Amino acid sequence: MATSNSAKVTLPSDTEILITRDFDAPRHLVYRAYTEPELLKRWWAADRGKVDSIEMDVRVGGAWRYVMTANGGFEVAFHGEFTEVVPDERLSRTEIFEGAPDAPAVSTCTLTEQDGRTRMEILVRHQNKQNRDIHLNSGMEDGMQEALDYLEQVAIGLA
Amino acid sequence: MARAATTTDAFNAVAEPRRRQILDLLAGGERSVTELVELLDLAQPLVSKHLRVLREVGLVEVREEGRQRMYRLNGTPLKVIHDWVKTYEQTWSARFELLDDVLAELKEGEGDGDQ
Repeated sequence: MATSNSAKVTLPSDTEILITRDFDAPRHLVYRAYTEPELLKRWWAADRGKVDSIEMDVRVGGAWRYVMTANGGFEVAFHGEFTEVVPDERLSRTEIFEGAPDAPAVSTCTLTEQDGRTRMEILVRHQNKQNRDIHLNSGMEDGMQEALDYLEQVAIGLA
Repeated sequence: MARAATTTDAFNAVAEPRRRQILDLLAGGERSVTELVELLDLAQPLVSKHLRVLREVGLVEVREEGRQRMYRLNGTPLKVIHDWVKTYEQTWSARFELLDDVLAELKEGEGDGDQ
């Protein structure tokens, strides 16, 4: 079945980012790919670099940390702890970009399955608009401008 | 997915046709509220309400001139937000394309296990 390859990013409020995508797979597999380090390593860095390590202690209060080397050669790391764990369904965690440790966020990934397909919704909540904007802006700082050359159709149309 | 009914987001701010009309008028230069009321043929409280929403997201700026409040356009929030979102979205699209491959393998593996 054809899947739209575009992630859809919307800004539900001044402090939030919502990322939505449908996958042609049941949700227990999407959950595995979202929580198992060896699987995460294969997709999380996207085209921005290479994943060096992923630690996941998936239980409430458990810690997680992702470290990658970006294409520019520098290290980028994120960490936090899990605040809600409902296997195959929902995962909430705090999220701290180690380059901006004063701007912690909370992200909630919700998986809903219909007819063997899964919708993933990741809602990222920041403490204020400035922190959210820094988060959105983070991709612009490491030479991602060239990525604009092969951008897909943007889901958000400007009127 | 519909966004929450907030007006403190530039995208929502421009989703309203009257507010787009105000932005179009201001694109032609600075205007007072009185002028906007006349040009739009709308009641002043309504125009003021739209202007407040546009100000909250930084799309218009205001200055006092005597007893008049003069409004001008500032398009930067739209352009900037657009660029941010575009790059951010690209990263997630690239991630999810790789995730598709991972999922295809997991499905295949699971299928084998079942048989």
